[in-house]
Amino acid sequence: MTDLAFDLLDRLPRFDGFASRTPHLKDPELKRSRKVCPSLEDAIRRSGLKDGMTISFHHAFREGDKTINTVVDLLARLGFRDLTLAPSSLLSCNAPLIEHIRNGVISRIYTSGMRGKLAEAISHGLMAHPVNIHSHGGRVKLIQDGELNIDVAFLGVSTADCFGNANGISGRSRCGSLGYAKVDARHAGTVILLAEEIVPFPNAPASLSQDEVDYVVKVEQIGDPSKISVGAARITTNPRELLIARLSAEVMVHSGYFEQGFSMQTGSGASATATTRFLEGYMRKTGITAGFALGGITGGIVDLHKKGLIERVIDTQSFDGDAAESLRTSPNHIEISTNEYANAGSKGAYVDQMDLVILSALEIDLDFNVNVITGSDGVMRGASGGHSDVAAAANLSIVVAPLIRSRIPTVVRRCTTVVTPGECIGVLVTDHGIAVNPRRPEIVQRLKAAGLPVMTIEALQQRAESLTGEPRPIEFLDKVVGIVRYRDGSVIDIVRQVKG
Amino acid sequence: MKIVKEALAGTLESSDLLVKVSPGSGTGLEVVISSEVMQQFGLQIDRVVRDTLARLGVTAGLVVVEDKGALDCAIQARVQTAVMRGAEAQTIDWSALS
Repeated sequence: MTDLAFDLLDRLPRFDGFASRTPHLKDPELKRSRKVCPSLEDAIRRSGLKDGMTISFHHAFREGDKTINTVVDLLARLGFRDLTLAPSSLLSCNAPLIEHIRNGVISRIYTSGMRGKLAEAISHGLMAHPVNIHSHGGRVKLIQDGELNIDVAFLGVSTADCFGNANGISGRSRCGSLGYAKVDARHAGTVILLAEEIVPFPNAPASLSQDEVDYVVKVEQIGDPSKISVGAARITTNPRELLIARLSAEVMVHSGYFEQGFSMQTGSGASATATTRFLEGYMRKTGITAGFALGGITGGIVDLHKKGLIERVIDTQSFDGDAAESLRTSPNHIEISTNEYANAGSKGAYVDQMDLVILSALEIDLDFNVNVITGSDGVMRGASGGHSDVAAAANLSIVVAPLIRSRIPTVVRRCTTVVTPGECIGVLVTDHGIAVNPRRPEIVQRLKAAGLPVMTIEALQQRAESLTGEPRPIEFLDKVVGIVRYRDGSVIDIVRQVKG
Repeated sequence: MKIVKEALAGTLESSDLLVKVSPGSGTGLEVVISSEVMQQFGLQIDRVVRDTLARLGVTAGLVVVEDKGALDCAIQARVQTAVMRGAEAQTIDWSALS
């Protein structure tokens, strides 16, 4: 033999029996059941979780989630400290986390958003470290870039088999798409499935696959699907929101992108979801059908899909029971990860193929910058979501919002916080009129030709202020409580602690 | 106008306000305001309430406003109604209401 071959053989391990590295294969029982843990506590122990590590969750159950609080409660009882919490998002139901932050169990947070008491407490300086707020696509980018290293993912699923093939469309508490969880399953060091039901092997479809799952543990309940569509994802009967929805459907139709096979996304806001109702009439009248609808999927989108008006539904999060059921039954309703959905660092994100998107806003300013995270009182009360992801990639981004909400103007001189840059926004639709970004003169022309009430955004801002009066500027302290990360990982804005 | 008994006007719905007037214990006028938009509009709400009371000639009593983000026109209307109910006004001085 040559010296080179000697060197190589020296470095390679010698054969030492078929099961030397897979001892479980010698035990016919163990080789099948080795991933199933008798309790969550046992799974945590086996995961090797230590103080200072990063844990993650998906938020597909939104306000009905029963996994995040339960697991963090248990981690607190087990004495864990200084953890980084990195769920895909947080909602009002996560208020019990305040105690665990105060007691040092959680010291850092990455999330798409937050609401309710937790958001209020953090806005008032609860945490020593600022929260990182990312978009849905941006979260995957942070994971890929190595900034966000998930040590242990705790993923709630309605059914799993003993090997970890799991989905959210069978069993009792069905959340539908596991688009967020797919990313965590792929990237986390250790993946623990919290399964409501353990079904015979092999479970199909496997939204999460056995080759990415370490442990499976049966739990009582992972979430309440009836509460998924509470909060942001609601269906409106409010006449003002319906007016905005009708106008935004007209903007879509006359935008120049309403052509056979077009693609659309409508987000979770009230007016945004209602837009689909009005779009149906135009689609029937013109015979134009959509090639696909993307994103958070609602019953409204599913309805158009069933009627043959939308050929494929691409689903990263199911916003209600209809969406989850359609994902289960329709072969053209496709489940995708948030990496496939919106990650700027992915080799192909669906948002890049998007024509028309309807987006919400808490505030939009004279440069068309959009705030979806802080209220006008400076307190965080929303989520970045897919907002900046789709706005960046779509052919036309349409922001829909009432001109004022109670006494709070939506169209303002300068946003409290910028989440999506104005250069990505094409049109603003309010109940008092439509404004088009001057960067899109062709859209101004098309909408005016269609007889739509187009005016300048300055005119809308002045109209809002004439109704509400001029708001006094919010007083902030120096302490930074939130860092808003753009979808590429850069810092687009910061949120400071509210005074008082 | 003189407030002679306790009276209410308005609701606690979003974009509305509830106004409670009563004769009060002291001799002067006391206005207590709480609002969901206190930070941004507290001063303006206070001004509208006091202006409205002045135009009605109310100089004594307790006026408690619980605001849910109402516009000035709504604040004015609710304060006027509460005062007229509390003053047991039989005739309406339209010029004081404009």
